[in-house]
Amino acid sequence: MNVLADLAYWQETIIKVLIGLAAVLLPAGTIVYLYLFKMMSFMQSRLGPMEAGPFGSMQPLAEVGKWIQKEDIFPTKADKRVFAAAPFVVLMSTFLLVIILPGGPDATFVDLNVGIYFGLAVSSVSVIGILMAGWSSANKYSLLGGIRAAGQLIAYELPMILAVVGVVIQAGTMNMQGIVFAQAEGEIFGWGGIGNPYIITQFLGFVIFMIAIQAELTQPPFDMPIAESELISGYLTEYSGIRFLLFFIGEFATSGVFSAIAATLFLGGWYVPGIDPHNDIFNVIGPLILFGKMMLVAFFIYWFRFTYPRFREDQLQRLAWKVLIPLSLVNIVATGVLKVVL
Amino acid sequence: MVAQNIFFGIMAAIMIWAALRVVTTKNVVHAALWLVIVLAGVAGQFLLLGAEFVGVTQILVYIGAVVVLFLFGIMLTRASMGEDENVNLPNRIVPATVGVLLFGLMAFATIDYWRDAELPKDGSPTTVEAVSDSIFSDFIVPFEATSVLLLAALIGAIVVARKE
Repeated sequence: MNVLADLAYWQETIIKVLIGLAAVLLPAGTIVYLYLFKMMSFMQSRLGPMEAGPFGSMQPLAEVGKWIQKEDIFPTKADKRVFAAAPFVVLMSTFLLVIILPGGPDATFVDLNVGIYFGLAVSSVSVIGILMAGWSSANKYSLLGGIRAAGQLIAYELPMILAVVGVVIQAGTMNMQGIVFAQAEGEIFGWGGIGNPYIITQFLGFVIFMIAIQAELTQPPFDMPIAESELISGYLTEYSGIRFLLFFIGEFATSGVFSAIAATLFLGGWYVPGIDPHNDIFNVIGPLILFGKMMLVAFFIYWFRFTYPRFREDQLQRLAWKVLIPLSLVNIVATGVLKVVL
Repeated sequence: MVAQNIFFGIMAAIMIWAALRVVTTKNVVHAALWLVIVLAGVAGQFLLLGAEFVGVTQILVYIGAVVVLFLFGIMLTRASMGEDENVNLPNRIVPATVGVLLFGLMAFATIDYWRDAELPKDGSPTTVEAVSDSIFSDFIVPFEATSVLLLAALIGAIVVARKE
């Protein structure tokens, strides 16, 4: 049962904050090591980091130590306060995003009725941080990068939200826990052997969602905002030391959290077929199952990241407005009609 | 309910300070960033009232879209770093008068309508289902009128943008 229920409110809050920190940072570290360091190296026929720890597994910690001891440089003409605050705005949106994730029937940070809608709303706040970083650096490359990032994030937020609407219609709720139960207890044409993971019925929505989060994370092939051959490093150009580290953690932690959200919406979250979804065992193994599914989704994100060349700015905008948004609208209409008919 | 009242006071004080900074700061980008704090405060007040859906919509629409468009527009056109003397209009009487009048009107309307209304004592938030039920039953006519108005604005924007 819910072990936290016996504790005082402040004790419960402290425990939840610590678990939230772990839920953001551990997947981020795992993703950086397994995918960014090792998988990319193997795809490029090299070994990657091998010295720090067994098979270089302590390399992420070494990188963190390196960045913390570097000087925190402020450009002379920079707007100091805005420049200093920008990475925290980006990171704050990641930490707010993680609280909607359920890890088991009772293992939730907070069981919001608006669930996924809250997640989409707070994820849009990171644009403000990126614009702040781009503008306050007093550097034309940074400013261009910030503007490109804002244009891209606005464009891809729409298909992302519209792709989620299909899931919400089918599950009949915005609550993340409700979406997991709807998938666990669903049936495919009267057969409930594996429940009804929405990747089957909402496959179009899943594809649109994955493309949109790839763009939201400004991962290649959607990395126009930090295109190094044109803009040095976009809005990150002037950042160094611990503030760059914060942006870096924000990028990879957000990719982990978005993967977990995609796993919850489309792959059944903490549920695996064969066990009753109300069984208490899911409070223990649920977070691990969710972690496994998250790593699977993240694998696809990074596979695409290391495989495809960068989109041009006009191609990128055309894909969002002329392909993804009309497709997701069609998906919503089709889902709505089928929901009423079936 | 005591905790809610305390947090209402704290957030209201922050919002008033940020709102004053929006109109007194001499840098347009700073004004837009102070506006983010005001709008986040509005979202927080909605959450205190148990209106989850409205509060989250406030974040998504105003902070995630409207302010981002403000910043986007400012940075594309005039992103000066320092203070800008031309930002504040010389004529302050008229805007101040309009502001005070609007405040009085809205305060009167709000207090007059909800004079004796009370929040649910258990503090449970309004569910999305309840919001959608009331939109599509009691408020269906205003809802449809707003939709048509937005559609007209959308088409108008396309017509203005396509000069052929």
